[in-house]
Amino acid sequence: MFEIQVNGRPMRVEAAPDTPLLWVLRDHLGLTGTKYGCGRALCGACTVHLDGAAVRSCVLPIADVGRRAVTTIEGLAPDRSDPVQRAWIELDVPQCGYCQSGQIMAAAALLRSHPAPTDADIDAAMSGNLCRCGTYGRIRHAVHRAAALARAER
Amino acid sequence: MATENDRATGAAPAQWTRREFVGSALSVGGLVIAMNLPLPARAATRSGRAPAQLNAWLRIAPDDTITILVDRSEMGQGVYTALPTLIAEELEIELDRVAIVAAPVGDAYFNAANVGQVTGTSNSVQDAWVKLRTAGAQARTMLVAAAAARWGVAPSECRARHGVITNAAGDRLTYGAVAADAARQPVPARVALKPASRFELIGRGLPRTDTPAKVDGSAQFGIDVRLPGMLYGAFAQSPVLGGWPDSVDSAAAEKMPGVRLVLALDSGVLVVADHFWQALAARRALRVRWNPGPNATLDDAAIRESLRRTEAGDPGLVARADGDAETALKRAARTHSAIYEVPLLAHATMEPMNCTADVHADGCDLYVGTQVQQLSQAAAAVAAGVPPDRVRVHTTYLGGGFGRRLDVDFIPAAVAGSHALGRPVKVIWTREDDMTHDTYRPPALERISAGFDAAGKVDSFKLHIVSPLITARMFPPVTGVDPEVVEAAVNCAYGIPNFLVTYTRQEIGIDVGYMRSVSHAANCFVIESFVDELAALAGKDPYDLRMELLATKPRHRRVLETAARLAGWGKPAPGRHLGLALMEGYATRIAQVAEISVDGGAPRVHRIVCAVDCGQMVNPRIVESQIESGIVFGLTEALWGEITIANGVVQQTNFDGYRVLRANQMPQIVVELLPSDEPPGGIGEVAVPLVAPAVCNAWFAATGERVRSLPLVSGRAPGAAAVKRGSGNSDRGSTPRTTASGT
Ligand code: FES
Ligand code: FES
Repeated sequence: MFEIQVNGRPMRVEAAPDTPLLWVLRDHLGLTGTKYGCGRALCGACTVHLDGAAVRSCVLPIADVGRRAVTTIEGLAPDRSDPVQRAWIELDVPQCGYCQSGQIMAAAALLRSHPAPTDADIDAAMSGNLCRCGTYGRIRHAVHRAAALARAER
Repeated sequence: MATENDRATGAAPAQWTRREFVGSALSVGGLVIAMNLPLPARAATRSGRAPAQLNAWLRIAPDDTITILVDRSEMGQGVYTALPTLIAEELEIELDRVAIVAAPVGDAYFNAANVGQVTGTSNSVQDAWVKLRTAGAQARTMLVAAAAARWGVAPSECRARHGVITNAAGDRLTYGAVAADAARQPVPARVALKPASRFELIGRGLPRTDTPAKVDGSAQFGIDVRLPGMLYGAFAQSPVLGGWPDSVDSAAAEKMPGVRLVLALDSGVLVVADHFWQALAARRALRVRWNPGPNATLDDAAIRESLRRTEAGDPGLVARADGDAETALKRAARTHSAIYEVPLLAHATMEPMNCTADVHADGCDLYVGTQVQQLSQAAAAVAAGVPPDRVRVHTTYLGGGFGRRLDVDFIPAAVAGSHALGRPVKVIWTREDDMTHDTYRPPALERISAGFDAAGKVDSFKLHIVSPLITARMFPPVTGVDPEVVEAAVNCAYGIPNFLVTYTRQEIGIDVGYMRSVSHAANCFVIESFVDELAALAGKDPYDLRMELLATKPRHRRVLETAARLAGWGKPAPGRHLGLALMEGYATRIAQVAEISVDGGAPRVHRIVCAVDCGQMVNPRIVESQIESGIVFGLTEALWGEITIANGVVQQTNFDGYRVLRANQMPQIVVELLPSDEPPGGIGEVAVPLVAPAVCNAWFAATGERVRSLPLVSGRAPGAAAVKRGSGNSDRGSTPRTTASGT
């Protein structure tokens, strides 16, 4: 039995200790916004925040999560109000959409550490997130746009 | 072969009667249509509360909830926005006031060109262009008639706008208020459709209807389906493609935590458990003796050799024969010939294959991301042992399709598991399962030859395509040359008087499938690279030679001229090199220019400029994103795309071995959409094929090495891909040594 903090709420989970956080979120807790793409930290589809930093939940065993706060796409912001989500909507970034939860979580973590990211910052933070639909160009624009939206709020 | 003239006379009829409408459905399916669909909502209208079904695509509830059913699968290409836009335009309703749901299986939902309820061939908008605007106009006419009857005035005195009907006296009724009456009105035989000049939604670039759900995690993909009591399945398949389980020792697996079922099927062994991670652990504990079947020694060299031998030994079936290419080649003042090759490719959709089935006393509910609703229904019916009409298909969002979800091989195991357990079962393929058990894009080997006349003009052209035949497996029987293998060649626009295209089928022992742009990708690579070779031989600029060959093709000339101008053709920046490509496909004309540099012996792609004439556009923003998408997909193929096989086993298992383009490798992409009054062409696939020839032509400009075998940056031994300039007809040469990186 593990107790973890997900989207601000304590959750009890009965699972084998080696169960990746990804499958705990999806199968045990019903938080299916976080996606499975490769299971080997190669694609970024499973990106969530652990104490605000982007991590690949497919290679993080539940036993290693501890007391750290897990945030998933469902817990990023109420009503799609995070600047990243607003920018994504404004620029109609998603195509099939499957990679986008991971892209958005990676971008949100980037903006927390780099409020005004350069293209090089974006490359460094986002190149682990694959998109087979090729939305990279719009993602880059949307990250810059999200940074501007966030600045306007402060 | 589509010509400029065909396009000009192919304009959509302004009128569309129900009779024609029925006729078109009958002609493809021999089945009943739209208005008679036994959807639950029809019966429910009697209560007065439930929505009225105005036609196969439209429900309107008394509270003015307007629901549009979309009969094509949303896999990123934007059909959940473009198709409702067509209905909303004529219905006089704003798109953001409409709820979108996936249509069930139904005869009304046939795609005439694809002979079934199929999302593929980039023709969703072409198929719907008149059909759905007509449906919207018919529904509006019926709503107006119902309101007019209630007021006792003539329909001509009423007007429908923004979901409200008004009359001259100032009365108003919402669509919801009259929808139940409207559903009982006769379907008008003839409705006039708006001319393009009066479009208010079409052509505007409205926001996608699926974006909000795709930024907050709520979009339901197949892999996200959750049902009460649902269990999870992992499916073990033969490592050697085409093999099967001879015997299974499941004793250890059955003792693993959470395991509910181990079931040997013809194609593999299913393990079902309470959670997916448990199912995976138990799958590892299975001891299966696999019979490798006929492919135990299959490898790339054997595949290539079989294609090569067939090319040399068989002239092929004729797919196109203008003039007399054989004689012209014999008489030519100068000839040139080469062999080109393309490898196997994996679709690698971001969402791996999966399916959820719930088999119960009434039949089966199937939850699946599919491009083929009827084939999915049929596959589930067989696996559940029920008639097809007892299978309800619930189409989810698709986390990428690219043609992979035209196959249904991931459906039966889920149905069999649910059937055995009496509970819903979701089977998920791991990435490794998905990549090593794809229905791969087939390899092809093509010999291409051309002759110049005494004046130096290209006057003969001959292309012999050798590849496996997807359609023979998917939609048999095939008679003559299947159009899916000769795309971009039978309709190649170059004005060469003697033009011969032939095809020989050569199977390779494994299942191959349709993949985004299908044979356009191979044939465009071959033709557009070879035209560059001809330009070099003739001492002409590749742009000038193409323009010369397109003298009577204004739409092709326009895209080529536009792309070349925007890319600065003829005057590349220092250290940069340009290559171009042109294609007609899906009734769209498209040209691209790639700008590259050479970095440590490898190509670095800086920019792709693309000009597109796809006729009228329902949503230019989506068109632009699809072109960008196709370019990224094509660049992955051009640089690294390759599945290899050793002893019948696929060697790439995940995104480390099968490289796909990443954000830091993105070139700048410039898309120019040209205005056009022509009927809509396809946009989802058309940008893919040009990237490889444009980049390889730029590579030739940079290095003098001609790339005749993809990918450009090969994982194979050096010496596999390119040949030096001037090495004539030799088929192989050196390959760029190091791996590529982007800008
Ligand atoms: S699923 Fe975790 S990185 Fe791909
Ligand atoms: S939007 Fe489809 S994989 Fe990124």
